[in-house]
Amino acid sequence: MDSSQLLGITTFTYMFSTFLYATIFIFKAKKLGSAATVFTVIAFLIQTSGIIFRWKESYALGYGHAPLTNMYESVVFFAWTIIAMYLLIEWKFKTRVIGTFAVPFAFLAMAYGSFSTGINKEISPLIPALQSNWLLAHVITCFVGYAAFAVAAGLGAMYLIKNMSESRKTTNEDSILGTLPPLKVIDDITHKTMVFGFLWLSVGIITGAIWANSAWGTYWSWDPKETWSLITWFIYAITLHARYTRGWGGTRIAWLAIFGFVSVVFTYYGVNFLLSGLHSYGSS
Amino acid sequence: MKKKNPVFNFFSSVKLALFTLCLLAFTSIIGTIIPQKESIDWYIHNYSEITARIFQVLSIPDMYNSWWFLGLLTLLSINLIVCSIDRFPGVWKQVKADNLATDLKRLSKMRLTSSWVSNKSEEELATDISNRLAGKGWKTEQRRRDDSLLLFSQKGAITRTGVYIVHASILVIFIGAIIGELYGFKASVMLPETQATSTAFETGTGKSIDLGFTVRCDRFDIEFYDSGMPKAYRSKLTVTENGKVTQVKNIVVNDPLTYNGITFYQSSYQGYQDFLLTITDQKTEKSQTITLPFQQQQTLNDNSRIGVINAEAMGQSISRMKIWFKDDQGPASTFWINAGDQVTVERPGKKYTIAGKQVYATGLQIARDPGVWVVYIGCGLMILGLTVAFFMSHRRIWVLIAKENNETTVLITGSANKNKTGFETSFDALSKELEADTSNGKQ
Ligand code: HEM
Repeated sequence: MDSSQLLGITTFTYMFSTFLYATIFIFKAKKLGSAATVFTVIAFLIQTSGIIFRWKESYALGYGHAPLTNMYESVVFFAWTIIAMYLLIEWKFKTRVIGTFAVPFAFLAMAYGSFSTGINKEISPLIPALQSNWLLAHVITCFVGYAAFAVAAGLGAMYLIKNMSESRKTTNEDSILGTLPPLKVIDDITHKTMVFGFLWLSVGIITGAIWANSAWGTYWSWDPKETWSLITWFIYAITLHARYTRGWGGTRIAWLAIFGFVSVVFTYYGVNFLLSGLHSYGSS
Repeated sequence: MKKKNPVFNFFSSVKLALFTLCLLAFTSIIGTIIPQKESIDWYIHNYSEITARIFQVLSIPDMYNSWWFLGLLTLLSINLIVCSIDRFPGVWKQVKADNLATDLKRLSKMRLTSSWVSNKSEEELATDISNRLAGKGWKTEQRRRDDSLLLFSQKGAITRTGVYIVHASILVIFIGAIIGELYGFKASVMLPETQATSTAFETGTGKSIDLGFTVRCDRFDIEFYDSGMPKAYRSKLTVTENGKVTQVKNIVVNDPLTYNGITFYQSSYQGYQDFLLTITDQKTEKSQTITLPFQQQQTLNDNSRIGVINAEAMGQSISRMKIWFKDDQGPASTFWINAGDQVTVERPGKKYTIAGKQVYATGLQIARDPGVWVVYIGCGLMILGLTVAFFMSHRRIWVLIAKENNETTVLITGSANKNKTGFETSFDALSKELEADTSNGKQ
């Protein structure tokens, strides 16, 4: 087994996971619950070993480095963190339907990494600027933040769907949406996930600044990627303040969770392709 | 409450904060779409004459340093300061509050309460309960209030300041950035091997800056991976001050040299057509280093002659070179040297070590930023403050013990300013345990 096989399998297992969680949600097949969890945990372990294998393979090639240095490796890690985060939430809040809204993100990330023609899957050596432990810390912390925001966006969508049907008074215990947690609980988990993401994004921006300073002597140069990460950070800061000090909640916060994640996707992905800057290594 | 003036209210309002943050987020996009710091002609060429003029009026070409963007940041700072002046004293009062002086009537009305009766004496119960609480990390104080005893314990009072640490950290980062702007500089220099400089050229203005010491590039090397991708750029730098060598360091990208607060970063390089050759007589150990152009002969100190007659390049950089060498005996030797390597050349009665490489200039970024540590302290405070604000809470427990007729009633109440559900669970467990241990039910 090599890493590319394992990561290839991962894409399909996450697809199947998505399918299982969707089945639970749509057909209220509660019995499938533990099967979905067990299957997702196995998929997660397959992916984890894929990542570890890839790490080892890079050492075998003579230029070992953590597998976090190009677009492909970053989407794989992104998917991995989303699943880790989701499993943590499932365990902590004892609810499975959230999987329907979180696991697809991981599947989409893996599918994009595996099938997009624009993505280079080779293990390549590190150019000098990328040889830094600060870079490693930067990538890991940013992606933990991004994964939290992805899950928060999924939760936001879940809130909006449930809220829409409740206001039409069609929800009862028997309908599909009846299986979703109460609105208040979704709202609370969304908020907690965003708070968690905000802390990691802050650390991500800071470690990125430290890395830039050790490489170029400037901790902040307003390059498009930096600026967009700051814009994203502002959006979540606004969201937190609106909630804490103006009492926003529910629908508005759900929309902001989705809106914030759009900004995350642009920071992570859009900037590389639509704008140019120091982070252009991501485009290979 | 004293009435505050409207200006103060305006600058302390969270509405203003939301407004400023929205504007900052929104306007920041401009500079990511319109390329920054190009010449006016560039904008005229890529947009139009009129657009370029409008850009100029609005400082779009350098928007992150423009009056209006810095103005927004100033507004945010004033907002933060005024807001803190407004609220912090109240929060500090809560941190320092004398919770044993709490209004007793309020205690029984709190959301989390539990009570039971016991036939032990007040003092006995107080000792019992405070010991048990201490065992769980709740250190109590007590005070006699009228005809009852009040116990109080709290955890994490100081965590109420977490938000203010976050807000202050933003100001600290701004201060660090301003210090860097006022007392620091960014410059660069292109320094050919074996040459030295004591001046650098400021980025943007091109103004020359006196470093106060001399830095020499002894050598520059590029290492490649097998695939031909660059693996490392390395410059050996020697610092001399007042004619004395004071520091020598090999710098690579991500590992700069710092001297007298000025840091030299490996940032680029330039390959020259010239060659750097070092010829050492193995017996006398006399060594000479020369630079010479391609296909030109040079006479050395001992009258031997040397030249580079052929070279192979990989992209910009020369990978091997063919040397022609002749001393006072016999015919000339010709041989190949891989860039950066050395070879032993045997001549009649003599042996030489000859090393050769292409001459490079190393491109150095030079920066002095006395504010960077202030910025880093601000960053550290921010992470600390966020962790405290998000994940820690101020939890309080009161126990009121009152004698009524023959019985003693115990009332326990508690509150937390955050993570209320989590606190509720642990409060319930705690009060149940205390009740089981001290109520009449268990004698
Ligand atoms: C980018 C800038 C800012 C950041 C990153 C930031 C961050 C935070 C954070 C993390 C919290 C804590 C929320 C919690 O309790 O969990 C908070 C609360 C708060 N912020 Fe900010 N803040 C910023 C700007 C401002 C400004 C300019 C104001 C000015 C009015 C402000 C006013 C407040 C207030 C009043 C609270 C609530 C405090 C409380 O709960 O007692 N913030 N902020």
